[in-house]
Amino acid sequence: MKLYLKIWRQKDASTPGKIVDYTLDGVEGDMSFLEMLDILNEELVSKGEEPVEFDHDCREGICGTCSLQINGEPHGPDRLVTTCQLHMRKFNDGDTIVIEPFRATAFPVIKDLIVDRSAFDRIQQAGGYISVNTSGNTIDANSIPINKHAADEAMDAATCIGCGACVAACKNASAMLFTSAKVSQFALLPQGQVEATERVQNMVRQMDLEGFGNCTNTGACEVECPKGISLTNIARMNREYLSATLKG
Amino acid sequence: MSLIKSSLARKYVMALSGLFLVTFLILHVTINLASVFSPDFFNEASHFMGYNPIVQFLMQPILIAGVIVHFVMGFVLEIQNKKARNVGYVKYKGSANAPWVSRNMIYSGLVILAFLALHFYDFWIHEMAYKYVEANPEDPTRYYHETVEKFAPFWRTILYVVSFVLLSLHLWHGFASSFQSMGANNKYTVGFTKFAKIFAVVVPLAFAFIALYHHLNPITH
Repeated sequence: MKLYLKIWRQKDASTPGKIVDYTLDGVEGDMSFLEMLDILNEELVSKGEEPVEFDHDCREGICGTCSLQINGEPHGPDRLVTTCQLHMRKFNDGDTIVIEPFRATAFPVIKDLIVDRSAFDRIQQAGGYISVNTSGNTIDANSIPINKHAADEAMDAATCIGCGACVAACKNASAMLFTSAKVSQFALLPQGQVEATERVQNMVRQMDLEGFGNCTNTGACEVECPKGISLTNIARMNREYLSATLKG
Repeated sequence: MSLIKSSLARKYVMALSGLFLVTFLILHVTINLASVFSPDFFNEASHFMGYNPIVQFLMQPILIAGVIVHFVMGFVLEIQNKKARNVGYVKYKGSANAPWVSRNMIYSGLVILAFLALHFYDFWIHEMAYKYVEANPEDPTRYYHETVEKFAPFWRTILYVVSFVLLSLHLWHGFASSFQSMGANNKYTVGFTKFAKIFAVVVPLAFAFIALYHHLNPITH
């Protein structure tokens, strides 16, 4: 199929970017979206032009490195998949595809379609861990009985790959779904409850410091999340934070 | 202190002030419906609300404070949210993942705010002038005909009805999401959301019915 691509090109963080038009022929439905961009880049390199920079790593939908706002949606029109798992059969011959970086003040563009998502790392560092000695004396996790429902919910929250689609989809560029998933995966388990009060306060404080927007419960994050992280995590974080603050 | 500064605290403030205003709507629509079914009861209730010192000097200031807090916090959140995305998308498909009402609360809120200005001008300022500026004597029978006469002009009735449509849209998202903001998302949420959506339709519909009823049934002397 033949595609008309409108791609955001930006030399670096301090240079203004713009949309550049490309026409790409010979795209097959079985190609992934990133393979389609690989082919475009091969053409650009063969013509002596600079290739389009984009983030990618595992290409198996598990690492959270790939991003891209495709035709106005993070990770494109498909549901529960990352950009690397989006296939070109979702598009038709002659389609125009607008490809932009994830947009948020807290995710500044590094180059072309690559944004700096280290704000998520700093939120995680602020409290997304449990303080246990892992130098050989750790107790087997299975020695502590855990309710099956709680274990499942914690696992569901832990499947967040931190790709940033929630921020990209939200009209307010809010990071509540990511932060709440990271709070929830510990809040639901006995090992995480020891530091629950400080964790939620520190992670929310860091989230605010990074300049993300406020959650207005539109639910866009949940719909666009490639891992199906639920809004119930945001409610849980709201509860945890209220309880932690009232405790002082 | 951390609660005051945090983004989550702003959510709590929006949710709690919104829920407070919802409870006021229940009282307001109940008394207003009496103007259709029992003008005498309407006069009696309105007179009580207008002259009871607890209602006038305690509940009324709290209500006005609730309205101010809700819309000021709404503006603060909107400004912060705009700052959180300093470069917008060339193409943003908001309709793909979120309902229109949830994405445009600021606009439905602005219409309601403009309506409140008209509503205050129509009733509250008139009432304050009647009681405290002109210092007229108490007249427990005046409320029904004053209300019905307000809806004689077609333009005012239409403005009120349009505002109630926007109120419905605002409540459709706001009422249900207030409990999510306060951390409630459990087995009762589905039932509560249904109730909130019914409320968001029924209450504004009742207000619109009252306005249209009085427009179509003027008092003939």
